[in-house]
Amino acid sequence: MIKAILIFNNHGKPRLIRFYQYFAEDMQQQIIRETFHLVSKRDDNVCNFLEGIYFTLIYRHYATLYFVFCVDSSESELGILDLIQVFVETLDKCFENVCELDLIFHMDKVHYILQEVVMGGMVLETNMNEIVAQVELQNRMEKSEGGLSGAPARAVSAVKNMNLPEIPRNINIGDINIKVPSLSPF
Amino acid sequence: MALKIVKGSIDRMFDKNLQDLVRGIRNHKEDEAKYISTCIDEIKQELKQDNIAVKANAVCKLTYLQMLGYDVSWAAFNIVEVMSSSKFTYKRIGYLAASQCFHEGTDVIMLTTNQIRKDLSSPNQYDTGVALTGLSCFVTPDLARDLANDIMTLMSHTKPYIRKKAVLIMYKVFLKYPESLRPAFPRLKEKLEDPDPGVQSAAVNVICELARRNPKNYLSLAPLFFKLMTSSTNNWVLIKIIKLFGALTPLEPRLGKKLIEPLTNLIHSTSAMSLLYECVNTVIAVLISLSSGMPNHSASIQLCVQKLRILIEDSDQNLKYLGLLAMSKILKTHPKSVQSHKDLILQCLDDKDESIRLRALDLLYGMVSKKNLMEIVKKLMLHVDKAEGTTYRDELLTKIIDICSQSNYQYITNFEWYISILVELTRLEGTRHGHLIASQMLDVAIRVKAIRGFAVAQMATLLDNAHLLTGNTQRNGICEVLYAAAWICGEFSEHLEDPMQTLEAMLRPKVATLPGHIQAVYVQNAAKLFATVLQKHEGETDSQAAQETSQLLIDRLPLFVQSANLEVQERASCILQLVKYIQKLQQKNVEVAEEVTALFAGELNPVAPKAQKKVPIPEGLDLDAWINEPPSESESEDEKPKVVFAKEEPKHYRSRHTEVDEKELARRREVRKQEQANNPFYIKASPSSQKVYDAPGVEHIPVVQIDLSVPLKVPGMPMSDQYLKLEEERRQKEKAERKKKEKKKKREKRGKGRKADSGPESEEDITPAHQVDIVTEEMPENALPSDDDDKDPNDPHKALDIDLDKPLADSEKLPVRTHRPEVLKSPAEDRDSKSVPQETKKKSSKEKKEKKKDKEKDRKRSKEEKKKKKKHKEVEEELLESQPEEAVQSEETKEAAAPPTSTSAEASDLDFWLSSAPVPPAAAQEVTAPSSAAAVDTSSAAAPESEPDEPKDTEPEDTKSSKHKKKKQKKEKEEKEKKKKKRHHHHHHHGDAGGEDSVQNGTVEEEEPLPPMSNYSLLAENSYIKMVYDIQGNHQDESKVVVSVIFENKSDSFLKSMEFNVLDSLNSKLQRPEGAGPHDGLTVPFQLPPGVSNEARFVFSVQSIVMPQKLKGTLTFIVKSDESSTHEKLDFKLHFTCTSYLITTPCYSDAYAKLLESGDLKGSSLRLEGINMPFHHLLARICFHHHFSVVERIDSCASMYSRSIQGHHVCLLVKTSDQTVSIDAKCDEPSLLGNVLDEIKQTFSKC
Repeated sequence: MIKAILIFNNHGKPRLIRFYQYFAEDMQQQIIRETFHLVSKRDDNVCNFLEGIYFTLIYRHYATLYFVFCVDSSESELGILDLIQVFVETLDKCFENVCELDLIFHMDKVHYILQEVVMGGMVLETNMNEIVAQVELQNRMEKSEGGLSGAPARAVSAVKNMNLPEIPRNINIGDINIKVPSLSPF
Repeated sequence: MALKIVKGSIDRMFDKNLQDLVRGIRNHKEDEAKYISTCIDEIKQELKQDNIAVKANAVCKLTYLQMLGYDVSWAAFNIVEVMSSSKFTYKRIGYLAASQCFHEGTDVIMLTTNQIRKDLSSPNQYDTGVALTGLSCFVTPDLARDLANDIMTLMSHTKPYIRKKAVLIMYKVFLKYPESLRPAFPRLKEKLEDPDPGVQSAAVNVICELARRNPKNYLSLAPLFFKLMTSSTNNWVLIKIIKLFGALTPLEPRLGKKLIEPLTNLIHSTSAMSLLYECVNTVIAVLISLSSGMPNHSASIQLCVQKLRILIEDSDQNLKYLGLLAMSKILKTHPKSVQSHKDLILQCLDDKDESIRLRALDLLYGMVSKKNLMEIVKKLMLHVDKAEGTTYRDELLTKIIDICSQSNYQYITNFEWYISILVELTRLEGTRHGHLIASQMLDVAIRVKAIRGFAVAQMATLLDNAHLLTGNTQRNGICEVLYAAAWICGEFSEHLEDPMQTLEAMLRPKVATLPGHIQAVYVQNAAKLFATVLQKHEGETDSQAAQETSQLLIDRLPLFVQSANLEVQERASCILQLVKYIQKLQQKNVEVAEEVTALFAGELNPVAPKAQKKVPIPEGLDLDAWINEPPSESESEDEKPKVVFAKEEPKHYRSRHTEVDEKELARRREVRKQEQANNPFYIKASPSSQKVYDAPGVEHIPVVQIDLSVPLKVPGMPMSDQYLKLEEERRQKEKAERKKKEKKKKREKRGKGRKADSGPESEEDITPAHQVDIVTEEMPENALPSDDDDKDPNDPHKALDIDLDKPLADSEKLPVRTHRPEVLKSPAEDRDSKSVPQETKKKSSKEKKEKKKDKEKDRKRSKEEKKKKKKHKEVEEELLESQPEEAVQSEETKEAAAPPTSTSAEASDLDFWLSSAPVPPAAAQEVTAPSSAAAVDTSSAAAPESEPDEPKDTEPEDTKSSKHKKKKQKKEKEEKEKKKKKRHHHHHHHGDAGGEDSVQNGTVEEEEPLPPMSNYSLLAENSYIKMVYDIQGNHQDESKVVVSVIFENKSDSFLKSMEFNVLDSLNSKLQRPEGAGPHDGLTVPFQLPPGVSNEARFVFSVQSIVMPQKLKGTLTFIVKSDESSTHEKLDFKLHFTCTSYLITTPCYSDAYAKLLESGDLKGSSLRLEGINMPFHHLLARICFHHHFSVVERIDSCASMYSRSIQGHHVCLLVKTSDQTVSIDAKCDEPSLLGNVLDEIKQTFSKC
């Protein structure tokens, strides 16, 4: 069983947390802190497993992010390591050159992708194409419903259309926002 | 109005969405908390709005805040609202938030049951998927119970996407609602062979997870998994299966033997390191399970070790780490094969990765032997020197001590060496483990008598150089060692060379800076030393020196009397007064030494750490009771020192008798030596051997040499010199050993007669130099046996320890809330969740046949391997016996009808599968196929019928084998009887607890087993497909019955697009989904690969139930083979008997009597002639086929009861005499009764 999946950056800021065993919020934060403490002091050229306080930790370090899977003894260490790779590659496909900013602003989407890989602590799918296909189908469905930001977007266009009827229909405010990374990195 | 909506939208346009929130937080780094609290206020406002989009947006933001550690449980209700949105976009947000923050304590969860159920049956697969994903994170026992059946239905969904999710979530359901495991397991097992690899992998995943916790219940699946292992190409699945086998092999060594070959093949063939590693791991597990007497597996061990060496040598740190991990598993059973790789492991100690170093250390722990201990520890000591960072160094320190002290210092041949190692370790800076070293010193000094002289000398030097240890305040941890040193010097002061010097060292003013408890030991032991010194001087009649000693104490002790520590103060003043008194006596020239020594007389024995715990509490003693009234104020300060004092006290009461012993020993030794010297055949021990340390006498020169050279320099001298010295010593010893071995060989040639008495000196020359007084850890008399319970009572998996091979009882079926088959959307009526279970048993005659065939095969094979079988039979019996008895199971007629042989049948399948000698994989598959097919129908009433037939089938020509057969049969019978007895007992137990009907229904009380029964009857059959069906009613709905149809694909082609249609009559209608026309067919929710069968259920509504009915129908389907696909159809007639409207309902005898007395019922009767079956069979048949239950039974007369779905009571009185059965019946609906009786008549005319 996978007990938890944690993604945090080089400074220990959580980017995604997913516990498959219940912990209260403060305990979750403590686990993140302790895990970060354990993982961050390790060189990049040492092995990717270590015994954590609560579980075995299997992690990979990509650029600014740590992907940590907390597992029990029923999981194969190398298997999980491959799974992390699959997950990250999937993120890369879905976000097109994924970077930390994608995860920061689209935590929900990352969750949806993760849900197609791991369910309730057990591995659901390891085939990347299958995962991507399912994620895309669901995104398409969301789009056909107008998306979360769809309603305000339509409202915007409704207001604007009063004066400027030639404005294109489907403005997706969400999309616009992503493309403005005028942000100081952490 | 429209304007208002637009205005609302514009307002919302300025709401923050998730991205805005994130950006805002990033822009408010200084006052993040403040910013977030304003955001939460905004969110609260948004949640108050009616617009679901706004709410969803707010919930989405909350999910983000939850990640940052904010408790968002206050919004749980809003999350539920968003979950129930009809739009997928919002639903998904809701479920995500729920999965992040709901848990068992969230009270709104109970509001979600209906919503989740609705989502699960949604036509949109992604709604279902999202609900399953969410549920997997927050499922509670209540949700699990209410939704188990819905999820189980989804396991046969048409979309693999849903199937695999449903299969995975079942694990969570099992955990929360263990009762669902048995009813759901057959379907879960089917999914192991699902055409979709994803579903298959999910099923493997779940079963592996289950089996890991309770492996013995899953042994019968081994053949199926074996087949999967040899056929699957999905590495993920393979890894899981191989890991599972690792858990199963310890229970069944024969399985291990079977596994070795395919696993070895995989090891050779696979390129995936993950798979290779797991294979090696499982082979190791197999080898461990086989460890006794399997010589020919050395090749496998070699292969494993060799592969692991490759892993360890790899540049990839991960492989290195895992290689070491696996190596440590081999080590436990095959230490020799690992020890040859010592070089490699020592090399890993130099690795830059700390976790690898720690793993290597673990390995070293198991690798030491008498021969290499010193070498390994030397290497470790070097690492201690080099190690940066105190944690790793401390780890090394504890490891060194662990390695040396393991299993009672088994590997230490030279305790002097060990003491010097301990002394060296005291020089570690800033270690936390001072007390550990100290306790080792004490332990060794107390338990190894022969080393005391050496130890005391070492400790004296330590005390002398105490300033080195205490000088640096950083080293406070290590000063614990002085505690040990002082105590040892005091207690064994007779070994001291110069007690005066040590006494002086212990009374230095600097000592006052040590922690209190150490000072206390100093003072106490100074007194002991004083006694020794006195004795020494009086022996030499040097009264001057003796008085000087007293004066020294009188001068120094006042320092301690002033100590802030009460313990020190008390002891010091006590001893000070004593010494003053002694001084007075000395001045009068009175000899006092004898009396003073008597103060400290007595031998200390090591006491086992658990000894105190093991003292049984005498009867009538209540330890918690107050002896006096509780004191009003704290007296702890007074008590504390007493506790410490108590430690020292016992010796006062013991007389010293050991000296006599030692004298006696010495005398005997002398005599023996004399004898040996006179014996020309006796080969004397070489003087350099460590053996000479054995006697603590004076004439052993080598001892003195080492004593002097090593210890005196320890504190000041550089470490490496010390090592060199030790190394030299070791080499010397090795040489001596070699010499001795050669000599021994010679001697053996000469004559073996003397071998026995000269044993200790020859061969195992690495025998410990000192007699280790280790076994004698003292335990109190009549100590309680160990009661270490390592099982966690809270382990959720404990509840899942359920025997899965037992046939399913009706009572175990999953609760169904509404009466709805997979395909139909039932009207969402709110009903009690305790409806009658609709799950039915599967059984087709075809399967039975297959089973028979299988048995025949089995028999033939067994003849070939009768010898093997014989042996295994016994094992099997054991296995059967060990199968746990189901504790919770209410007895119902159907269950009673199913004889308990199915387990034994299965077990013998497994047995057979296991007993066949390792076959090439192809053949193995052939064998496993039928057995797994037989295994599929666990839930069915397994057939005992083959047992009576057996003798007929056995060919008479082979008399021997038939003899054997009989034996086997006998055994089987015995087994059965055993089982029955158990059952019998079980029944009574239940009868006591659960009311009368269960006793009455328990037809198993009879000796004869019941024939198998099935309610499934043939619906239609052609060359492609066969359909059998069963109809069952439901208490909850008086106008609905469920028709369960099992479709079995008989062809070699794939059957798909099956559509089931029935021509409705006025009275009975097939329930079709909303919006479907009255003549539309229903799609069967699965496809059938060749040879596979599956079950679908259809709901029919009926109006009148008093008459039987027939409905015409058609099944259309597409047959798809490799080259072509054709459209086929099959007509059938569904026969709704009146029996199918009856529901088995238990009835108490008093209620039954009242019912009959009421006079509302009309009577009818029936006579059956020529029935020659036992009465209990007859009753069982009526119960099983016609849904009755037995109310009461007296001899050959029984009353029975049933109820129709519309509430008609049907009562029967069945009597039998001489092949004639008369049935008097009463019912409030005469035509229904008439039809039921006709049907009963038909049932018995068939047989």
